[in-house]
Amino acid sequence: MDMLASLLPAGAAVHAPALIVVVPLIAAAIAALMPRGPWAWGVTLVTAIVVAVLSLVLLGQVSTGGVISYAMGGWPPPWGIELRVDMLNVPLLLLVGIVGLLCVIYALPSVADEIGPRKEALFYSAFLVCFAGLLGVTITGDAFNVFVFLEISSISTYTIIAMGAAKDRRALTASYNYLVLGTIGATFFVIGVGFLYMATGTLNMADMAVILEANGHNRVTQAAFAFIVVGLGLKAAMFPLHVWLPNAYAFAPNFVTAFLASTATKVAFYALIRFVFSVFHPDVSFVSMSFTWLFAVVGVVAMMVASVQAVFQTDARRLLAYSSVAQVGYMMLGLGMGTAAGLSAGLLHLMNHALMKGALFMALGAFALNFGVRRVKDLAGLGQTMPASAMAFTVAGLSLVGVPLTVGFTSKWYLVTAALDRGWWWAVAALMISSLLALAYVARLLAAIWMETPPSHHGEIAKRRLAPWMVLAPMGILAVANVYFFFHADPLVGLARAAADAVMGGQ
Amino acid sequence: MWTPELSLALALAIPAIGGVAVALLGRQPNLREGATLVAAVLLALNVAYLVEVARGHPTLELATLAPGLHLVFRLEPLGAVFAAVASGLWIVNSLYSIGYMRGNNEKNQTRFYVCFCIAIGAAMGVALSGNLLTMFLFYEVLTLSTYPLVAHKGDANAKRGAAIYLSILLGTSIGLLLPAVIATHFLAGSTDFVAGGLLAINDVTPAIASVLLVLFAFGIGKAALMPVHPWLPNAMVAPTPVSALLHAVAVVKAGVFAMLKVGTYIFGPALIAAAPASDALAWIAAISIVLASVVAMTKDNLKARLAFSTVSQLSYVTLGVMLASPLAMLGGALQIVMHAWGKITLFMSAGAIYTATKKTEISQMAGLGRYMPWLFIAYTVGALSIIGLPPLGGTWPKLFLMQGAWESGHGLLIVALVASSILNVAYLLPVSARGFFAKPEEAGLKKKPPMFVILPPVITAAGVIVLFFLIGPLRDYLAPVFFSSSLAAEAAS
Repeated sequence: MDMLASLLPAGAAVHAPALIVVVPLIAAAIAALMPRGPWAWGVTLVTAIVVAVLSLVLLGQVSTGGVISYAMGGWPPPWGIELRVDMLNVPLLLLVGIVGLLCVIYALPSVADEIGPRKEALFYSAFLVCFAGLLGVTITGDAFNVFVFLEISSISTYTIIAMGAAKDRRALTASYNYLVLGTIGATFFVIGVGFLYMATGTLNMADMAVILEANGHNRVTQAAFAFIVVGLGLKAAMFPLHVWLPNAYAFAPNFVTAFLASTATKVAFYALIRFVFSVFHPDVSFVSMSFTWLFAVVGVVAMMVASVQAVFQTDARRLLAYSSVAQVGYMMLGLGMGTAAGLSAGLLHLMNHALMKGALFMALGAFALNFGVRRVKDLAGLGQTMPASAMAFTVAGLSLVGVPLTVGFTSKWYLVTAALDRGWWWAVAALMISSLLALAYVARLLAAIWMETPPSHHGEIAKRRLAPWMVLAPMGILAVANVYFFFHADPLVGLARAAADAVMGGQ
Repeated sequence: MWTPELSLALALAIPAIGGVAVALLGRQPNLREGATLVAAVLLALNVAYLVEVARGHPTLELATLAPGLHLVFRLEPLGAVFAAVASGLWIVNSLYSIGYMRGNNEKNQTRFYVCFCIAIGAAMGVALSGNLLTMFLFYEVLTLSTYPLVAHKGDANAKRGAAIYLSILLGTSIGLLLPAVIATHFLAGSTDFVAGGLLAINDVTPAIASVLLVLFAFGIGKAALMPVHPWLPNAMVAPTPVSALLHAVAVVKAGVFAMLKVGTYIFGPALIAAAPASDALAWIAAISIVLASVVAMTKDNLKARLAFSTVSQLSYVTLGVMLASPLAMLGGALQIVMHAWGKITLFMSAGAIYTATKKTEISQMAGLGRYMPWLFIAYTVGALSIIGLPPLGGTWPKLFLMQGAWESGHGLLIVALVASSILNVAYLLPVSARGFFAKPEEAGLKKKPPMFVILPPVITAAGVIVLFFLIGPLRDYLAPVFFSSSLAAEAAS
């Protein structure tokens, strides 16, 4: 990390918190001006590399020097906007940065196939805005700024989802649905922030926390809590506010689905943790009540209901989308335990789930790229025609079930341990039942891929056709990461634990 | 330097390297089969060395996943014996596989041999594992690596059987076994196998132990305790060498071995005896023993009949564990060895009959014994051993189990054991009788079956006789595990 920092120009390391947001924003404008798609992709790739490096630099700085507080424009907090990096959000920056980079590498062949050549540059520009928005939500220390960046990322997300219309017109309605619901969510969130501002007179989150602790809570702050939880819960696809997600994932361009599934809901979940644990405090009675009676309950219901829905999907991406809703349920359950162990297990699963779903959606994208398939039964025989992508899909799929040798197992281990620690036997049972449902829906996909014969056209069986290396490489890296982090769980477990300790104060 | 630790690593490395070699030599069948045989012989020699040094408990740390989560090999006599049985029979079965797969012109033979190597490696991992986490990992690898073997034929029937196989084994292990493993780790702070019982040492109450015992008994689906047994008859769609080595030896024995190991080193006999659930589970095991035998009688397909016979015989081990007396547990351990040799003989005979005549139903086998006398003699010896008649190896486990049942005050269970032996006579011996004494339906066999499918069952049948006389050393080798641990538990309490 220090080596990386020394490679950067002097000052870049100091201004890393600002640069990580500003660079993609400026790059978005540059990308929009590019005459050809691949050039815009080049700009995006460079940006993603810079962001990934900056996120590593920030990790290095935070783990050695502690919390970074960066005053935007030299205005000190709580008056100016503060960018704040601590152990809770640095894993998210890392996740968005690195998985984002892998997704961008993947994008070139996939986007060229799915988006018309005229719109490619604009597509990359919109993506970069979304990228900047997600990083902004993660890094800012200002409550209103969270809203601004959330809207920046959401509005650009509606655009890039809608661009799936070149392949399937239903992307338009999916995007429109998401736009309506997403706007409602954002409105709820900003009303909540408004109430908090009314109660505390500040927008800086750290400052809010101090004032709230000193002044105590009243109806206004309780209402603020409710509005914020609903608003962010919608963005994080918290059951039953997830209805926008399955169609959005199913009809967006494949690259967008892979990117959103492994980053966007995660960032919203982070923001939820930030408000619930840092701005409010887990010891406040209505907050701790919401753990058991809200987050744990919706988590368990999501794990059950969405998993069952996933089992019966015919569209492969919708199937995985419902699975994502169920997996968000695991994270909500971890949060709902209200213990450091539970929260860190939830955060560990957040990172691991990004590794799984990234690889899974990339593989589905590769299948769509080569053979134009999207329904589960059309996956028949891909084990023979696209063995490398099918292998990556299999590894990530087994990880989703929680088979040992994959990170899914590690997630499950820590979640179950945390549930036992809390004395929640019913949660253990729920985790296991949900795993079995995951086995059922993953088995459907794997059975089609490996056990069926490839379709034949005019008596001729489809030939083996490997995906381009730019698709295979990032997918392969994510699949290998699923195995690597089983054997070396320490880094991710350590990050998750440090993150939980950062907000729970090591309780 | 040749150290026990190196040998532990080799037990995993030899099948792995063998698998790679088989994959690389896929285009030259003779060299490929040579690689399998070399790997099998090397593994057996390596395991023979491990059997020698098992008393020293060599330990090898494979990986540290996270603080407190280790993958460890730690050798002890039970594991050494299981490894010896699996690796020894792998040699015989490899010879048999060559004869069978070529004799029946099976497709995808390279994939078959590679998966076989992985499965044996996983069985070694289960045998040598030093804690529950390691055992669970290799247990799952064993499930996944045998799935392509079960689905080998690739037709609708094979796919259906393999789907049931995978869903029951993965479902029970993830749904029941995994929470039991994690709960053990939560209660005891580790999952190490400890003499006297990890949970007993950590003062877990009998009530919680009961819950865990039930989770383990049904979560270890490979032990095929009813009602989680249907995967085993369904696995019979696999080619016969798979049924012979994996579904009579490596996979099913990995299940009961895990049960025995959990009983001995995680619970400890004293805690099992104190847990209220153990009585109920002993009765479920007894019901499994009798009921599976009854079902076996109704099957005309020889492999299906043998599969239900296996379900029945496996529950002897579970019964031994639940009785929690040293003699019964020793009986269970011996059953792993004796039943393996007996049942592999029967399966290889069934496959040899199929290779020679394409016959699978018992009702079609009239008079075949006259054309294949050696094969039918081998079958009969194996059958008599399963029934439990001296001078055959299968006698001892039944004897010890009956003594153990009496000793632990479950005299009534002896009735189940005797009933099962009588049922064994009724469903195993008619095959021999029909083969030798009934009139053949058609005139003569046109082609002689290949040597490779006749010789292996004869070898294992001879082994069954030898094992009867080896009981002294075997007993002495295993006894410290059960007798000293029960003494230690008594001393602790």
